[in-house]
Amino acid sequence: MTRIGIVAELGRESRVAATPTTVKQLLGLGYEVVVEKGAGEAASFRDEDYAGAGALIVGADEAWGSGVVLRINPPTEDEIGRLAAGATLIGSLSPGLRPELVEALAARPITALALDAVPRISRAQSMDVLSSMANIAGYRAVIEAAHEFGRFFTGQVTAAGKVPPAKVLVAGAGVAGLAAIGAASSLGAIVRATDPRPEVADQVKSIGGTYLKVEVAEEMKSTDGYAKATSEAYNARAAEMYTEQAADVDIIITTALIPGRPAPKLLTAEDVAGMKPGSVIVDIAAGQGGNVEGSVAGERIVTENGVVILGYTDLPARLPAQASQLYGTNMLNLLKLLTPEKDGVLRIDFEDVVQRSVTVVREGEKTWPPPPVQVSAAPAAQTQAPAAESTAPKKKQGPSAAGKAGLFAAGIAGLFVVNAVAPAPLPQHFTVLMLSVVVGFYVIGKVHHALHTPLMSVTNAISGIIVVGALLQVTSDNIVMQVLAAVAVLLASINIFGGFAVTRRMLAMFSRGEKAHS
Amino acid sequence: MSAVTAAAAAVITRSFTVSDTVSGPLTADSLAGAAYIVAGLLFILSLAGLSKHEKARAGVIYGITGMVIALAATIWLTLQDAWGTGHALTGLVLLVAAVLVGGAIGLWRARVVEMTGMPELIALLHSFVGLAAVLVGWNGHLEAPDLSPDLTAVHHAEVFIGVFIGAVTFTGSIVAFLKLSARMKSSPLMLPGKNGINLGALAAFMALTVWYVNDSQLWLLIVVTALALGLGWHLVASIGGGDMPVVVSMLNSYSGWAAAAAGFLLNNDLLIITGALVGSSGAYLSYIMCKAMNRSFISVIAGGFGIAAPAAKGDADQGEHKEITAQETANMLINASTVVITPGYGMAVAQAQYPVAELANQLRERGVDVKFGIHPVAGRLPGHMNVLLAEAKVPYDIVLEMDEINDDLDGTSVVLVIGANDTVNPAAAEDPSSPIAGMPVLRVWEADNVVVFKRSMAAGYAGVQNPLFYRENSQMLFGDAKQRVEDILKAF
Repeated sequence: MTRIGIVAELGRESRVAATPTTVKQLLGLGYEVVVEKGAGEAASFRDEDYAGAGALIVGADEAWGSGVVLRINPPTEDEIGRLAAGATLIGSLSPGLRPELVEALAARPITALALDAVPRISRAQSMDVLSSMANIAGYRAVIEAAHEFGRFFTGQVTAAGKVPPAKVLVAGAGVAGLAAIGAASSLGAIVRATDPRPEVADQVKSIGGTYLKVEVAEEMKSTDGYAKATSEAYNARAAEMYTEQAADVDIIITTALIPGRPAPKLLTAEDVAGMKPGSVIVDIAAGQGGNVEGSVAGERIVTENGVVILGYTDLPARLPAQASQLYGTNMLNLLKLLTPEKDGVLRIDFEDVVQRSVTVVREGEKTWPPPPVQVSAAPAAQTQAPAAESTAPKKKQGPSAAGKAGLFAAGIAGLFVVNAVAPAPLPQHFTVLMLSVVVGFYVIGKVHHALHTPLMSVTNAISGIIVVGALLQVTSDNIVMQVLAAVAVLLASINIFGGFAVTRRMLAMFSRGEKAHS
Repeated sequence: MSAVTAAAAAVITRSFTVSDTVSGPLTADSLAGAAYIVAGLLFILSLAGLSKHEKARAGVIYGITGMVIALAATIWLTLQDAWGTGHALTGLVLLVAAVLVGGAIGLWRARVVEMTGMPELIALLHSFVGLAAVLVGWNGHLEAPDLSPDLTAVHHAEVFIGVFIGAVTFTGSIVAFLKLSARMKSSPLMLPGKNGINLGALAAFMALTVWYVNDSQLWLLIVVTALALGLGWHLVASIGGGDMPVVVSMLNSYSGWAAAAAGFLLNNDLLIITGALVGSSGAYLSYIMCKAMNRSFISVIAGGFGIAAPAAKGDADQGEHKEITAQETANMLINASTVVITPGYGMAVAQAQYPVAELANQLRERGVDVKFGIHPVAGRLPGHMNVLLAEAKVPYDIVLEMDEINDDLDGTSVVLVIGANDTVNPAAAEDPSSPIAGMPVLRVWEADNVVVFKRSMAAGYAGVQNPLFYRENSQMLFGDAKQRVEDILKAF
């Protein structure tokens, strides 16, 4: 049975890699869990809570010495040294941005898994820590902006005058952007959003924002689920749009990130200078270089014209309890994948694309970067071409119009011929039959959908009318006929009595709301 | 009325239709004919009454009245015709005994049947009509009325057709009953060349009809009865369990046509009217069901659907489903503003309608807006879910059909999918290569949260994987639906 160690984070990090809730589930996977003393304090999880969930509270050294160590931030040089030989470290390691960290990890006989490197495939969504943290960051960015902004978000008409609603521009409609749009629009602001991928327009609309399209010939399709760099023409037009918007809106939240590259600059210093005093910019991408000229990672800047630029990089950590819960669940889901037998033994299967992708170092051997995973988060690539086809699934085609007309004509002709040549009583019977069929179709067409079962049982009862036929034969002078007819009468009677009785029983059950509640 | 008609009518031993009654006013025949017209009208009113819940009960009264009038008239007529003869007395005794026994059985079954067992009962009742039609047809052969050659041919054809339809209905309904009551495997029977078998049987039937019209031998009638029994068995046996709503309504239609055929045979307009009403009713219901599944009627009857569907698509890599506990579901429901419940056959199987109704009730008392969304083919009978929910006293004004609720699903807080699968499969709307592509479905995945009650991850009747289970906003609550719903109630 392997021991999992939850270690404390360094510095201002307030999150923790597991919560009492996830600890309980980790135990369920067969692991033993130890928690470093005070690890969850900043996220309002007390040691007693962890102990109550079944974890042991231990000192830092013992926690670092566990077979599996769970972490949020990448370890320092020292901390890497504290890992036991053969141990597994799981955390947000950003291996793509920190080659030196990967080297340092590979220098030890350990295994390192980067939770932030799960591929963006639907199966791995439950472990996608980037998405879960981005969601929090987007929400918190709006809260931070609201805190700095000296006005209401929602418009009001009060006795003391009219308050206009705040205008918010969200750049980038990824997970963080969508969370920001949702939060801002539920506070009552007018929200606009930009994104180079036109397919997000519907998502933006669905949570209350207005999508601003950059009118340019190029369209971007994403094969790996992330946005890519954009073309010159696009950038020129987008820059104009940002300048226009900056002068108009009160709050800008930028979320544009391109994996493995510095964040694109969306707002220039002039754009910021053109904003109204008191406006707020939250640059969620500040940690990766920032989308806004003049933003500083981790800092609050006030420009000369009174615009506040927030470059906080710890937005998720500002909601520590929530962030820890989501992070812990992502972590748990990865461990579920790595522990298929639920026996507390961690196995890494390189055949599995998710497990292969997250593995940065395996037993001291560097396995980064993994082979690229070609998956589309949105099925854009394939559906683009046959779009018309796939959006409107084909209704099965019946016979063509001409075919139908032909059948109809043939039917009419057939009816005519039969009636023309048939001897006397038949045409009259056909008249009755035809009219009854027509009446039947019109009457049945009006039957309420919910009453289809009673309809079937009542038609069942009245089709017992075949008893009339049997009745006429029951007084025959042929005893065989009499018996057969009597059996038919018996069967039809079951139908008549049973059908009507069961219909009555069913209909008696249908009741309207008021009655049922009174 | 032409002289020919009058002459023909006069020689037919028992002719009771209004049109060819030639005797003077107020004879038994003319009275019976008038009674039949009234009865036919009452039957139409009876069906028309079902258009609204409020009028439905009055509709049944119309139906019963019509039936009483028709039976009274017929019995009186029969007795008057044969009064005083010895066999009339035996007939009367047999008649009374048969009606008493049949009526008692019928009333007893109607009283004890579980609402979840409704499809079986209805299928069984269809088989009785079918068998009665066969017996009446056989009697038609034995009776051999003294007719002109032309009419004799017509009479023979009528006997033959009536027996054929009746026998197909009989065995078809028996198989449907066995499948519905799980006494027989519900998967489609797949004989090689099954379309050939069906078409061959029809061709043989036509050939035999011609033969019988020319030479009315009893053995031909026996052969055609056997043939039709076999055909009915094979037709329904090769249709999968998922198509049962169509099959049951189709058999309903057949039982109507069987009655209509008997009407032709006996020159009885009431039988024709009633048979046509029932026949068109069943046909219309089948049509609605097929439209709801976006399938052609022919392919359902021919049982082609189960074969067209490859068991599951190649990419088994659908992703992972998330599980949820009853406690978490309860919390989610309490915090929801709108809840839509979409039941399916699984609810009927688990007998979960009472706890589900209680759940809806409790949520409504807490101010949650609860609605039910019913797919047209949910269950094994048209309107099956409505009956079950009505049995559990769910008010019918919160039970909506698919088209009424589909546009509201976007924006619903929580959707509970209870024992439904194919009717909520997003592949039908989104994956053109899916075997159920184009079938209208409840778009539950547009809701904020979907909780799927399911016994396991197995595919639905159509054998199609359901991507809904792997959606980010859906969570699975495994176990017996009734048990789980009760757990949620406890958690409140």
